[in-house]
Amino acid sequence: MKIKVKFFAILRERAGTAEVTKEIKEGSTVGDLWQALQQEYPKLNVPGIRLLYAVNQNYVKPENQLSDQDEVVFIPPVSGG
Amino acid sequence: MFRITNQPIDLQELVRFVTDPEAGAIATFIGTTRNNNEGRNVIGLDYEAYPEMAEKELGRIGDDAKKQWQICRMAIIHRLGPVQITEASVMIAVSSAHREAAFAACRFAIEQIKKAVPIWKKEVFEGGEVWIGTQTGQPLNHK
Repeated sequence: MKIKVKFFAILRERAGTAEVTKEIKEGSTVGDLWQALQQEYPKLNVPGIRLLYAVNQNYVKPENQLSDQDEVVFIPPVSGG
Repeated sequence: MFRITNQPIDLQELVRFVTDPEAGAIATFIGTTRNNNEGRNVIGLDYEAYPEMAEKELGRIGDDAKKQWQICRMAIIHRLGPVQITEASVMIAVSSAHREAAFAACRFAIEQIKKAVPIWKKEVFEGGEVWIGTQTGQPLNHK
């Protein structure tokens, strides 16, 4: 299945792109996707970073199973305000 | 009114929006850019957001505030892109029948923005730049 991944802030800079489409096998979780992306973009591994996870603009846990065409964002520590 | 913008924020727009005949109080908060942070001389900030989700989360803050306090109306606008020293990055306005609710909801809103809305600031300082929050590895709870 195809998953749309968007990168923001430090992860966008480290990935060198703002958006990718990733092919991943059925039943994969958000955590699985993150593992796969880190292999493809080793710089995404920021030591000590604590990520939040969003699927289709809602926060989810990393165990959340993905569906075809989901939009996933790995959210680095937020710093608005 | 819960939105993000690339333009300077106009406080009067928020105040007009929350003005309500049943309100006896309007509390406002303005977050501004200061010229120093942790010993660094700050030149400016540069904000980025996951726009669709940021607006949705701002709206959720409004919903949560209404569950906790008797407020009339709430408005939050957060600015994106470069923000210069002294300029506002965020403004909040809340109206309520009595002042306690407006103050409390206004405080709640800014604290929640800092915790749960997908907006990031990069600090540009003399000698470099850094994404704020990332280097500290601060714990964040799943909702």
